[in-house]
Amino acid sequence: MKLFNKDIAQTSKAAIPPGQQSPIHIKGLNHWFGSGEARKQALFNIDLTIERGSLVILMGASGSGKTTMLTLAGCLRDVQDGSVQLLGQELNGADENVLVACRRRLGFIFQAHNLHESLTAMQNVRMGLDVHGPQARKDWKAPATHLLNLVGLGDRLDYLPGNLSGGQKQRVAVARALVGNPDIVFADEPTAALDKESGHQVVSLLKRLGTERNTTTLMVTHDNKVLEMADRIITMEDGRIVKDEAMQR
Amino acid sequence: MTALLTTLLGRLPIGWLQLKHNKSRLAAAIAGVAFANILIFMQLGFLGALVETTKLPYRPMVADILISASDANTLSDGSNVARQRLYQALAVPGVADASPFYLGKFDWQRDNGTTVNFQVFGIDPTKQIFNDPEIDKARAQLQLLDTALLDRSARNIEPELAASIDGGMPHRFEANGRTLSAVRTFSIGAGFEADGYLIVSDQTFLQMYPQRTAGAPTHILVTVKPGVSPQTVAQNLRSAIPEQDVIIRTVDEAAAADEAYQTTERPVGVIFGFGVIIGVLVGLIIVYQVLSTDVADHLREYATLKAVGYKQSFFLSIVFEEAIILAIFGFIPGVLFALGLYDVLTSATGLPVEMTGTRAIAVLFGTSAMCLISGAIATRRLAGANPADLF
Repeated sequence: MKLFNKDIAQTSKAAIPPGQQSPIHIKGLNHWFGSGEARKQALFNIDLTIERGSLVILMGASGSGKTTMLTLAGCLRDVQDGSVQLLGQELNGADENVLVACRRRLGFIFQAHNLHESLTAMQNVRMGLDVHGPQARKDWKAPATHLLNLVGLGDRLDYLPGNLSGGQKQRVAVARALVGNPDIVFADEPTAALDKESGHQVVSLLKRLGTERNTTTLMVTHDNKVLEMADRIITMEDGRIVKDEAMQR
Repeated sequence: MTALLTTLLGRLPIGWLQLKHNKSRLAAAIAGVAFANILIFMQLGFLGALVETTKLPYRPMVADILISASDANTLSDGSNVARQRLYQALAVPGVADASPFYLGKFDWQRDNGTTVNFQVFGIDPTKQIFNDPEIDKARAQLQLLDTALLDRSARNIEPELAASIDGGMPHRFEANGRTLSAVRTFSIGAGFEADGYLIVSDQTFLQMYPQRTAGAPTHILVTVKPGVSPQTVAQNLRSAIPEQDVIIRTVDEAAAADEAYQTTERPVGVIFGFGVIIGVLVGLIIVYQVLSTDVADHLREYATLKAVGYKQSFFLSIVFEEAIILAIFGFIPGVLFALGLYDVLTSATGLPVEMTGTRAIAVLFGTSAMCLISGAIATRRLAGANPADLF
């Protein structure tokens, strides 16, 4: 079965706000974990600007700080020092309401699928829509079905995660992340649980979203097989960006 | 159920879906809540029986006002009252009549080996003291010395014995060196202080208790003239009898004071009240354990939802949904078991351990509140944490 070969335009429901060429703008970002003598710096003076619609891959050895940077840029962690501007909003010192508003414009794909075991594939995907208000809660069926069809699970709509394979669960998680039509997708090892073809197709889908809808993707991966699709590859080492290369097309 | 909850909540009933997904945990949680319910129902049943049995002897009294010794915390506690107060009372405007009322205890050692602990009421048989047709009809017989009316609802009184007495076969028994004849029966019932009641004339009472004198009854029962407020007459009596050796209250006030003393001053009342609190605490702990384990098990999923913009109120609503479902599902077996246990207890003790609608509703709401508090505590970890810290 050929996956993800359908039209993704159906997922578009709102235009990305104009005038934001750099949805992610990071300046002088430092981050520490722990306290007292155990306090350890994880990020050192990071400067980074990511263009809208691009697929950016973050690479680096384990402990290099790439996931920390992903979680800071994705409003999943409080910014301690430096500036992170996400979709034009400064996150350093932002209150909970600002963070919630930002998060609703993002999609997340984690290495672990984190699906609700008690919800069907459709219901899990619906959770990505319900957060957007009463209208989205009312009109959830068509986009949820479309996204699951798009990731090749049209025949598994009412399956519980317990009855899906690891790869299928991850694809449900991908559908959940994309169904809300996010401006930015943050993905942490999204292909780790997928076979080669499925992994390639997930990244292709993210790439197409960038081309057709200007969705920006920041992805942490160790998967060399998907590097060719990146617009830009950033390599981190010991909390610093050591290499930042734009890919030639 | 899922469709109904979806309509009611306006969202996916995640709490319900999570609960029913793990059926063994749901069963254990319902059993836990039901257990807490039973615990609370039992303690409330005991407390209710204490209150009910405290009020039982006041209920049939014809009198409007009770003059008691100032140290009388309950109907049977305290010193005696000087009969002089009776004559003082009769001179107060609004008073229709005043009668002495004697109280004593008597343990009836029966031939079958059982003992019935009676509270003995000594009354003037020429006056209507109790507004009970059975007692009123039989009081003329009490004028004969050494006759008694027996409480057929007392513990260890067989229905056959009561039927025999009421069928015209007086039952003779020894009481404090006298041979009494139970000529009729009536019904008040067992309490925490006595197994039942025995009514005799004041003359028989004084024969049974030679140390007691006619000049010092336990209480003086005062009836007011028709159309006159007992509160007004009680106030008049307090003015007319300024001595500090007596306390003058309407019968309702005396019953309320007795109830308050039994439930808040007596060890048994305090223990039952404390039992209710322990029941609620045990319930809180059980429900907290269930809900906090559930939250911990779904932390990654909740963190994922928090990452895409769900607010703390959403997670709180999921846990509250679970809490209310557990409260209702636990209440149903809880109340059914409690009804069964109430029946067993009533049969075994003769105490009026009864389920009331008010109590059932109060326990349902109390359990719901208990579950909601547990749920709110269980979601604390989610509240302040960054989503990244929860994965």
